[in-house]
Amino acid sequence: MDFNADHFSLFDFQPTFRLDQALLDRRYLEMQSKVHPDRFASAGEAEKRLSLQWATRVNEAYQTLRKPLARARYLLHLAEYDLGSENNALMPADFLVEQMEWREAVAEARAAGEHHELERLHHRLQREMRERHEEIAVLLDDRHDLEQAADRVRRLMFLEKLLADIDDAIAACEE
Amino acid sequence: MALLQIAEPGESAAPHQHRLAVGIDLGTTNSLVATVRSGLAVVLSDELGRPLLPSVVRYLPDGSSEVGYEAQARQSLDPRNSIVSVKRFMGRGLQDIAHREGMPYVFDDAPGMLRLQTAAGRKSPVEVSAEILRTLRLRAEASLGGPLVGAVITVPAYFDDAQRQATKDAARIAGLPVLRLLNEPTAAAIAYGLDNASESIYAVYDLGGGTFDISILRLARGIFEVLATGGDSALGGDDFDHRIFCWMLEAAQLKPLSVEDSRMLLTRAREAKEYLTFHGVAPINARLNSGEAVDLTLTTEIFAEISQTLVAKTIQPVKKALRDAGLSVADVKGVVMVGGATRMPQVQHAVGEFFRQEPLNNLDPDKVVAIGAAKQANLLVGNGLAGDDWLLLDVIPLSLGLETMGGLVEKIIPRNATIPTARAQEFTTFRDGQTALAVHVVQGERELVSDCRSLARFELRGIPPMVAGAARIRVTFQVDADGLLAVTAREQTAGVEASIVVKPSYGLSDGEIAGMLRDSMLHVRDDALQRALKESQVDAQRLIEAVSSALATDGDLLSGEELARVEHGIVKLQGAASGENRRQIMLAMDDLEAETKDFAARRMDKSIRRAFAGRNISELDSEVLATRAGETA
Repeated sequence: MDFNADHFSLFDFQPTFRLDQALLDRRYLEMQSKVHPDRFASAGEAEKRLSLQWATRVNEAYQTLRKPLARARYLLHLAEYDLGSENNALMPADFLVEQMEWREAVAEARAAGEHHELERLHHRLQREMRERHEEIAVLLDDRHDLEQAADRVRRLMFLEKLLADIDDAIAACEE
Repeated sequence: MALLQIAEPGESAAPHQHRLAVGIDLGTTNSLVATVRSGLAVVLSDELGRPLLPSVVRYLPDGSSEVGYEAQARQSLDPRNSIVSVKRFMGRGLQDIAHREGMPYVFDDAPGMLRLQTAAGRKSPVEVSAEILRTLRLRAEASLGGPLVGAVITVPAYFDDAQRQATKDAARIAGLPVLRLLNEPTAAAIAYGLDNASESIYAVYDLGGGTFDISILRLARGIFEVLATGGDSALGGDDFDHRIFCWMLEAAQLKPLSVEDSRMLLTRAREAKEYLTFHGVAPINARLNSGEAVDLTLTTEIFAEISQTLVAKTIQPVKKALRDAGLSVADVKGVVMVGGATRMPQVQHAVGEFFRQEPLNNLDPDKVVAIGAAKQANLLVGNGLAGDDWLLLDVIPLSLGLETMGGLVEKIIPRNATIPTARAQEFTTFRDGQTALAVHVVQGERELVSDCRSLARFELRGIPPMVAGAARIRVTFQVDADGLLAVTAREQTAGVEASIVVKPSYGLSDGEIAGMLRDSMLHVRDDALQRALKESQVDAQRLIEAVSSALATDGDLLSGEELARVEHGIVKLQGAASGENRRQIMLAMDDLEAETKDFAARRMDKSIRRAFAGRNISELDSEVLATRAGETA
């Protein structure tokens, strides 16, 4: 096994956006059960160091593949497609307007302490994100349209940030 | 039996050889040591049959100390030199300590961690904890009849890097080889044997003497996965005592008290709290130094009322942890109760109400953590039985970040990331000809550096002078399986490579630790030299066993010549270990380590390949479990 192999090969997967999550979970646990530092608690220093490196490597790969956005970005990276940084100028105007509406709704609910409204926004946004995931699957795996896929990924990056803000607002309401 | 077979652990001992290993619960109020004997985890009691060791250390003018019940009995006579709840001071500066004006100690502020002025001199919390650990080590060695191969020491899941590092240093001073720091809630789950269950989510609610922890765990097929942790490192049973104490002052209209009286009334407060667990009413009687009598009655209702905000304070982190894990109350299959403070009826009630189920209480909440730690220690030294195996996948409790322009924090490793983990970050210079760069690592969730805990400050020097932005310095932040951070930096422009390793410091340098080690030897009946020799003999034996068992399974990975060299190394080490020369043993160990370095890499490789090769069969097995696994996805 090559320590520097890409994350997909590490788990013996094809580099696709659609992936069998249960299988990934299982392979991750199998690998960790081989390389985790706890397996080397009474081993020599060299083996301890190697185990630390491998366990770190396996964790990184798993965390990247497990989350749809990270996985999509990683696929673009493997295809040597430069996503550029998040930049409003790259986004279509209607998308930005929509984002502003979302943010206003969150800010209002937060100011009014409307816990249930925030929960509702959270679920609505999650649905929307799942739709983006479907689109990305088609664009990356079936059509190999990197340009369009990158557009969806950028949108998803905005949505992820929005989701974190909603969760912060929910936390603030509970305190 | 664990459903996922975790065969061939890295190194396992010869099956019939039992190695002495213990689990230690280093608690705020009480500490315990436990071990696995004949397959059963048991707490080791002292010579009077008492399982708990009160976490109290009293320092005497001759430089010696008393630990445990002895110290506790005299604490109200000599409060200044009787250190209780020292865990709260571990890795903490003076400004971090709540209610310190009510404490009878003479504090000294020192960079990183406070110090205590005692009759025996200036003591760091690390040294005080080391006294407790040493007492437990001696108890275990007396009871098990030999030096320990290793110990698993538990820490609150919420402990930050400084607190973990301080705990590890205390063990070092106490002469305890640490196999692993283990989060207390995870230890509790191990004690309950929850790995036997099918995949399910458990919450561990741990209200100890001085800390509160909530952990959300996913347990499946012999694997413990911490999904999220939260808590409050300055909230515990002591705060309930303090509430009762304040109520007493008010109810009895007491004038400002002497240190001794305060200590005595706090003890009465604790007794009343414990009494209320089994009774509806607790009488409180005390006589102050002035002769004034205190005569009060505390009812369950009053207690619930004055402690209501404390109980509520534990529910906030519970909600946050559930949200971090992306779960709701309905997903939680069971709630494990840990810590003596969970015996309080109002706590049981509040937890039951929040989770809408009766919490798990079958094991003694005071012993459950030590028992889990003992089971983990037993597994780590290779005493585990085939089929009785599990793996812990822990997370880092607080985010790690770097200071950026304007005192803001840029997160580099988010909280709840599975450890071990690493992150590399590239830095550059911002002035022409700049040859040094300052890096400041902090831990915490807040946006401002000043609101987070400073972990390490270091300067990268010797950068070749070039125009601004041309240098490329790669800094790697590695968090190991104990949750401890190490930083390495590499300058990679123009072929210049320099690498440094920075261990975060919290105020104790290696030199200071060495000094504390020497000090501690002065007052202990332990023969330091003899002990060090014995320890290296144990280490040597362990290495020989590890290499021999590796040769037995994977000897074919070596060429004839390589094999001969390794075998020669073993023979040499065996010879050295049977002698009395510690230096020679260390040298022979270093040689054998060097000789097996490539071998280790090849074995790791093979083991990972095997994970794939065995896959077809194990995946067939897993089909049966597919429905269950599918629920995780």
